[in-house]
Amino acid sequence: MIHFVLLISRQGKVRLTKWYSPYSQKERAKVIRELSGVILTRGPKLCNFVDWRGFKVVYKRYASLYFCMCIDQDDNELEILEIIHHYVEILDRYFGSVCELDLIFNFHKAYYILDELLIAGELQESSKKTVARLIAAQDSLVETAKEQANSISNIIAQATK
Amino acid sequence: MLGQGDADASDCMNDILAQVATKTESNKNAGNAILYECVETIMSIEDNGGLRVLAINILGRFLSNRDNNIRYVALNMLMKAMTVDAQAVQRHRATILECVKDSDASIRKRALELLYLLVNENNVKPLTKELIEYLEVSDQEFKGDLTAKICSIVEKFSPEKFWYIDQMLKVLSEAGNFVKDEVWHALIVVISNASDLHGYTVRALYRAFQTSAEQETLVRVAVWCIGEYGDLLVNNVGMLNIEEPVTVTESDAVDVVEVAIKRHTSDLTTKAMALVALLKLSSRFPSCSERIRDIIVQHKGSLVLELQQRSIEFNSIFEKHQNIRSALVERMPVLDEATFSGRRAGSVPGAVSTSSGASLNLPNGVAKPAAAPIADLLDLSSDDAPAPSSSGGDFLQDLLGIDLLPTPAATGASQTPKAAADVLLDLLSIGTPTTGQSNLSTADILSSSQDNKILLANLDGLSSPSLSAQAALPATSAPVLDLLDGFAPSPKKQEVNGTAYPSIVAYESSSLKIAFNFAKSPGNPQTTLIQATFTNLSPNVYTDFLFQAAVPKFLQLHLDPASSNSLPATGNGSITQSLSVTNSQHGKKSLIMRIRIAYKINGKDVLEEGQINNFPREL
Repeated sequence: MIHFVLLISRQGKVRLTKWYSPYSQKERAKVIRELSGVILTRGPKLCNFVDWRGFKVVYKRYASLYFCMCIDQDDNELEILEIIHHYVEILDRYFGSVCELDLIFNFHKAYYILDELLIAGELQESSKKTVARLIAAQDSLVETAKEQANSISNIIAQATK
Repeated sequence: MLGQGDADASDCMNDILAQVATKTESNKNAGNAILYECVETIMSIEDNGGLRVLAINILGRFLSNRDNNIRYVALNMLMKAMTVDAQAVQRHRATILECVKDSDASIRKRALELLYLLVNENNVKPLTKELIEYLEVSDQEFKGDLTAKICSIVEKFSPEKFWYIDQMLKVLSEAGNFVKDEVWHALIVVISNASDLHGYTVRALYRAFQTSAEQETLVRVAVWCIGEYGDLLVNNVGMLNIEEPVTVTESDAVDVVEVAIKRHTSDLTTKAMALVALLKLSSRFPSCSERIRDIIVQHKGSLVLELQQRSIEFNSIFEKHQNIRSALVERMPVLDEATFSGRRAGSVPGAVSTSSGASLNLPNGVAKPAAAPIADLLDLSSDDAPAPSSSGGDFLQDLLGIDLLPTPAATGASQTPKAAADVLLDLLSIGTPTTGQSNLSTADILSSSQDNKILLANLDGLSSPSLSAQAALPATSAPVLDLLDGFAPSPKKQEVNGTAYPSIVAYESSSLKIAFNFAKSPGNPQTTLIQATFTNLSPNVYTDFLFQAAVPKFLQLHLDPASSNSLPATGNGSITQSLSVTNSQHGKKSLIMRIRIAYKINGKDVLEEGQINNFPREL
């Protein structure tokens, strides 16, 4: 299973973390520090798999972001590379030519998409189309809710409460 | 895994697996991922020859893929495949060797581990050659790993001693600093066992020293071998056909050891070993004896205790014990390889026997920590002589540090009584006198009414280096060591003329006075009967008064019980005690004794110690 997902920028700033195994706050901070150190110092030509603390960490670099996933020893690393690529493609399709800025300003959407993709550390949705459709549906829900909240009747009701 | 252990399920899977494996295109990463998973499945289900071959082929393709990830994954898989089908993996040995030299660190590590698993008797020679060549160009972090692997390969699979020594020398010259201690210990054991190769080894080491003297372990091994086999080096003994003759003079050999000592980068072990080697050389090359002595003397004032101790001891051997020197530095007994590797496998520093066997380590003049007592001394079931059959993982270190046999042994005390003495030590439950207690405990031994000469022998052996090491008495180390030598025919005290046996004031302090009265037993001129009188000079009453004495080994001491153990104050009464001393060197050496008095004042323990040098000469 995937134990956690980490998105780190090249300068070492954490953009996204998702934990599928129990880690306390302190442990999380420690893990992030350690892994950042290990991965950011690796050269470009080195292979994308690192042995760390008995686990394997698979990472891929897209532009200025490192996508890291920590897996068990007996998992297939090439498969995880595929999963990472899958995720990035969905993000790309959703945001349209995604860049780090998109993830900074819409990190909640990035989390939604990741939750559609992985459950309990395993891949649950392998179709990009399905995920796109679901997120679009969610977005429209959000829009309607917003409009409702802004409608005149609501404002009056709120004011006279 | 579904198919594991189940032949039926595996059969069903076979078709699917075969189809998937052949149809998947591998130019995309997804394809590779699928193939990888396939191979993993094939490896874990029930044996099917065709599929296995297919799997290995896929892995071979992976290995030659340019993508690092794929190669890494392939190496990983191959390691697991080794358990299943080693033959097939052997075929890819050349590619794996290439991977060891890859620029990617993780791939290098994996490839090295895989190679290590691949080594067997047939391919060990070319493989080692490749690895050693690579060792020269590899970078620092990798060197440590690589060195360890090469050493264990060489050790496990070496077909002949000559090749083993050769390879190890190369490794030492390249990466000696990364070599672990047990590795070069094992090398020395092998060298000492390969007696026909001694000449070759020492010459090769000499040459290697000229080129790569900054590798610490190489220096150590070279220094040890030159010390042991220096004469073979100089006389070009035992030349093998492939060797070129090299002329080495005695002073060249001494030069090497001198350089080893003088260099500021040499650490303590190297310098200590070099001192021992110099001593050996001084006996083997008499012409260089003076020069060697000069070098040794320079360390007399060293701030490091070990070096100071050794140089002082060796210097005293030079001055006073010329006759036993050659016996001391004879060739080392061959260390038995089988027992050595057995011990090494089973030894752990924690397996130290904390019995007083540790104390007997001290006579060897090695202040090594209790990690490796020569505990076999206490093993009374074996009747071997202790020195070569020591136990503990670091016994070799002890032996390397000291090839002086215990001085009591050199002067003739037999070894088995030594074992008996150990029992005695145990019985008297002397605690482990690791540091300064040794004097006190030995005094304990002798104050009891045991008339055991061997105990005295122990005392002598213990007192000499341990005194110099601990300086328990308020004296500096050099004169204290001379306690042993002070018994030589140059007494420090004045000649006593006058009446035959005058009584002396043996000991006087502000609180206590001891007087000795002498009488000779009529038929036996060697035996002296002493009447000791203790007088209290302080206003306090002393209770639990206990007098103990220790003598060197040419004397025998017998103590009778004291008249009482309570000493009234200010000379109102006294305690008397009889001692009898037998001097086996009567006429040649005079009596000398160290004493210790213990008593209580109002329940508080007081201890006084002293040495009595002023015995009349004729006793």
